[in-house]
Amino acid sequence: MTNYATHDTDVLVIGAGGAGLRAAIESAAQGMKTAVVMKTLLGKAHTVMAEGGAAAALATVDPRDSWKTHFRDTMKGGKMMNDVRMAEIHAKEAPDRILELEEWGAVFDRTPDGRILQRNFGGHTYPRLAHVGDRTGLEMIRTLQDKLVHMPAEIFMETTVTHLFKTGGRVTGALAYSRDKGEFHLFRAKAIVICTGGLGKAYTITSNSWEYTGDGHSLAWEIGADLMDMEFLQFHPTGMVWPLSVRGTLVTEGVRGDGGVLKNNKGERFLFNYIPEAFKNDVAASEEEAVQWVREVVAGKQATVRRPPELLTRDVVARAILNEVREGRGSPHGGVFLDIATQRKAEDIKRKLPSMYHQFVKLANVDITKEAMEVGPTAHYIMGGVKVHPETAMSTIPGLFAAGEASAGLNGANRLGGNSLSDLLVFGRRAGLGAAQYVRKNNPAADVNRADVEAAIAHNLSFFERKDAECPYALQREIQDMMGDLVGIMRTEDELTRALNALDKFEARAKKVSVSGGRVYNPGWHVAMDLRHIVQISRSIALAARERKESRGGHARSDFPNYDPKLAKVNLLIKKAEGRMQVVQQPRTEMPPELKTLVEEA
Amino acid sequence: MSNKMHLKVFRGDNSGGELRDYQVEVDEGMVVLDVVHRLQATQAPDLSCRWNCKAGKCGSCSAEVNGKPRLMCMMRMDLFKPDEIITIQPLQAFPIVRDLVTDVSWNFEVNKKIPPFKPKPKNPDGTWRMMQYEVDRVQEFRKCLECYLCQNVCHVLRNHGKHDVFFGPRFMVRLAGLEMHPLDDADRVKLMREAAGIGYCNITKCCTEVCPEDIRITDNAIIPLKERVADRYYDPLAMLFRAIRGKNR
Amino acid sequence: MAFTTPAMRHRLGETTRRDGWWINPAAMALTFLVFVVYAAWAAIQSKYYTYGPPGAEHYTYISPFYSPPFQEYFPKVAAFKFFPAFWVVWLPIAFRLTCYYGRKAYYRSIMLSPSACSVGKGAGRGYNGESALPWILNNLHRYFLYLIVVLVIFHWFHFFQAFNFDGRFGMGVGSLVIAADTILLSLYVASCHSVRHLIGGSVDCFSCARAGEARLKAWEGVSWLNQYHNLFFWASLITVGFADLYIRLCAMSIWTDVRFF
Ligand SMILES: Cc1cc2nc3c(=O)[nH]c(=O)nc-3n(C[C@H](O)[C@H](O)[C@H](O)COP(=O)(O)OP(=O)(O)OC[C@H]3O[C@@H](n4cnc5c(N)ncnc54)[C@H](O)[C@@H]3O)c2cc1C
Ligand code: SF4
Ligand code: SF4
Ligand code: FES
Ligand code: FES
Repeated sequence: MTNYATHDTDVLVIGAGGAGLRAAIESAAQGMKTAVVMKTLLGKAHTVMAEGGAAAALATVDPRDSWKTHFRDTMKGGKMMNDVRMAEIHAKEAPDRILELEEWGAVFDRTPDGRILQRNFGGHTYPRLAHVGDRTGLEMIRTLQDKLVHMPAEIFMETTVTHLFKTGGRVTGALAYSRDKGEFHLFRAKAIVICTGGLGKAYTITSNSWEYTGDGHSLAWEIGADLMDMEFLQFHPTGMVWPLSVRGTLVTEGVRGDGGVLKNNKGERFLFNYIPEAFKNDVAASEEEAVQWVREVVAGKQATVRRPPELLTRDVVARAILNEVREGRGSPHGGVFLDIATQRKAEDIKRKLPSMYHQFVKLANVDITKEAMEVGPTAHYIMGGVKVHPETAMSTIPGLFAAGEASAGLNGANRLGGNSLSDLLVFGRRAGLGAAQYVRKNNPAADVNRADVEAAIAHNLSFFERKDAECPYALQREIQDMMGDLVGIMRTEDELTRALNALDKFEARAKKVSVSGGRVYNPGWHVAMDLRHIVQISRSIALAARERKESRGGHARSDFPNYDPKLAKVNLLIKKAEGRMQVVQQPRTEMPPELKTLVEEA
Repeated sequence: MSNKMHLKVFRGDNSGGELRDYQVEVDEGMVVLDVVHRLQATQAPDLSCRWNCKAGKCGSCSAEVNGKPRLMCMMRMDLFKPDEIITIQPLQAFPIVRDLVTDVSWNFEVNKKIPPFKPKPKNPDGTWRMMQYEVDRVQEFRKCLECYLCQNVCHVLRNHGKHDVFFGPRFMVRLAGLEMHPLDDADRVKLMREAAGIGYCNITKCCTEVCPEDIRITDNAIIPLKERVADRYYDPLAMLFRAIRGKNR
Repeated sequence: MAFTTPAMRHRLGETTRRDGWWINPAAMALTFLVFVVYAAWAAIQSKYYTYGPPGAEHYTYISPFYSPPFQEYFPKVAAFKFFPAFWVVWLPIAFRLTCYYGRKAYYRSIMLSPSACSVGKGAGRGYNGESALPWILNNLHRYFLYLIVVLVIFHWFHFFQAFNFDGRFGMGVGSLVIAADTILLSLYVASCHSVRHLIGGSVDCFSCARAGEARLKAWEGVSWLNQYHNLFFWASLITVGFADLYIRLCAMSIWTDVRFF
């Protein structure tokens, strides 16, 4: 029998991105014994890469902004698929959460009168993103991390959860392995908060790193929690396309927020041809109008005209780019041109977008103050996730909570840029609080069945037993390529069915890969263990995508290119029934009238 | 456009190891980290290395390439001549876990010893105001990725193993970011002189040379902090002045 | 939590660097050596340190090693007559030895601590840097700064004198040499880290400090200069030596000063 260390804790937080850190801070502040585990080192989670900013209606730049407009923008951006209560809570609480960061030492860029500066972003009516140049996520994660290390919480770095355990219907613990020693750890916890972020690594071209294999989604589903909205996957319109080795690396929307324009190989600002009916009134009708908007905004004035179409929501822009490329108007390496050099002065670009400047000079030999960038869509963000209660963030399994990208609801069918960082703070805090209250109220016993633990460890070690079977890296790549081909931006019934069949075969193969070497920091082994999650979450995306026979937000079907009003009334749930994955339609609740008027006012 | 290049990669752990030779296919636009990944996927599946963002944002992929501390994900292969031998080693100022991965946990322990930000009271209108010109300086320090390349190259830690008495350049940057924050109310000068051991730094600037964020660590963080320490401890005039002023109050 | 780092096993000079890392420290060490030997010789000489046009009553050029000329101002004090340069030269030496950049230069090139980055030192845990004697004395830099400001004032006095040929305004090559030395010395001092600190670097909140705006502007100016502090260090080191050499050669009639007007 393999040994493992056992840790007892009130609240276990899985993940140390913005959501996990904020949840842990809250849980520790509530006096809970708190432990945080993460796959990487502290401060390296995905949140560190966020560039553009955190959306909150602080109204420091444009006093017309308020939580109501933010709520309306979020709902409109999410194509009305959002959890209404979550969108409301988010819009109302985000400003306080941002100001709280300032209290903890964050240093946002300033307005001329010394308050937090806000920038424009796609889908937001007013300048709303609190930011620090183009490294907002770094500022946020560092602030939270430095706050947490001074609180009584135990931090386990490079410790990956591979299994969750349930006893008597509640979640009771988790099994993890530590990378640096290759040891197993059992956490017996009264409540567990899943903050594991996204699942971009199910795709070859993605802005996400190796960590994002949808572990939280998959682990929650395995113990019976419902997932929701898994068909809604955001492809960010602007990822790098060249050189090949950085294909998918993100180019922040801040480039467009600060005036960058998208052009095809004929030099046309093609987005004017793709403005959807619903946004006709919000977007400039001519290049002159768009240019004037940039001029006003750059001068620090309130915009008097409508914004450029480059700032349409991401789903629209991504599909437009895809179409331009398909119709032969793309750039040499299969993207389009993103040009800020002709729009802004070189020193402004270097000051507002330093890491983009850096990234392109270093990786692509392109000076963005002189030349256009080549960009194309990249798998970026999953709107779907663990279904949670809007107030407490508890999933459908008692004691299991979720927040951040791993949870569903706030973003509906499409997330607005900047809403994620504020989501992490608002619902991270609520999840920490919810978990603490749950523990206080129920004081559940956290006893994990020994046999379950042993079976989980045996599963993890099984990859070492086989010799010379399939290599996990190659299989991972095959799955990623398949997902890009068959479950990409544009989907069809036939392709989705093929994808599901392929996934069944991949599942069988994933169980049989073999790894060599020892348990200490063995990347091959880690990939092998992640494969199970990749397959499971890929299946949930494909299943939900096949069920939603319409196009909406981050889900587009070429065989059903339009909205279906009937489907507007349901969210799709992914459930577990007799060990198999099932998709179920869940009717949406009516929006309260006062919120309904807010949305319809627009 | 691809060609084979000759690599020497450290394989082993803290008890020892060797530079092992590999021949790897390199394509246009690849960075050193891509080559390491290709090695993992083809010839050495258990080769350990840390990485995350692959865009120079997270500071995970620190290593020494031809003796120079670098982020592997931001170092392009076309910097090298096609026939050049490329040596990749782990950081040399921390215990080696395995291959290219080192145990940097000491840094996280150090961070805990630094008193956190302590805000001044808010203005009467319930806000804090800071001007951009005041925060520019602090924002430079807050760009830090915690890649620990500076800690790695600092001879005080690297060659003399003074981890017990010196916090290292990364945490001088952190201290500077707190001390120079316009709204911070805590005093860390004593800590800087004593526990943080700022006196161990002999301002030879290797940290500045390697910082991937171009933070001017020595000039903008360490020397100004040394001056603050001098104000408090090595300047009899200032001490006298303080004593007189203190009495008058 | 003391541990032995992999680099602690490296011998002096051991590295996997493939570039010419030793060139820079070697060049610095050589420059220091040449300067020290020359300066010692020039300071001991105690003659040939002023030059004026033939027949003039008062000299026009005076070597920076001998400025201010105490023996001239206090002719009654016998001590100033012996090795007059010694009363002057200790100050710039102390100033440069405690200069933050100067420290870097000699720690690297002379003490090999470290000679270059990520190059082995072959030394163990016995290192105290500037936390103990003698190097802790480098914290006295600002005192030498206060004094050197006085010296700079004299330099400017002699700067104007270098254009005064017995009461008439004129200019020779020597005037330019002295001008260059004075200006570079001033820039070197103005870009000093201690100046930067005293003038504004110690302020955290410029918007709440007294005279905050003025101090901010001053600090920004000095910070800009400070980026080039190393250049000013070397440039003024070289010009000071050269100014002495030039005047000395003229005084010894080995070289004739060229007069423009
Ligand atoms: C390049 C880029 C730019 C972005 N820019 C913006 C922006 O400008 N504005 C915005 O609002 N959003 C932006 N986003 C999106 C946003 O950054 C993410 O959605 C958000 O950071 C997710 O945060 P999180 O806390 O949910 O999880 P993450 O920050 O992704 O962290 C997940 C954590 O979970 C851990 N984890 C995962 N699986 C396991 C496991 N099995 N066991 C233990 N730990 C595990 C990981 O180690 C990690 O610590 C951007 C995203 C990317 C990739
Ligand atoms: S300047 Fe100081 S902190 Fe930086 S590397 Fe040199 S000794 Fe270390
Ligand atoms: S200061 Fe620079 S070198 Fe040091 S850890 Fe931070 S980013 Fe890395
Ligand atoms: S992988 Fe993030 S900095 Fe290199
Ligand atoms: S720091 Fe060089 S002269 Fe003061």
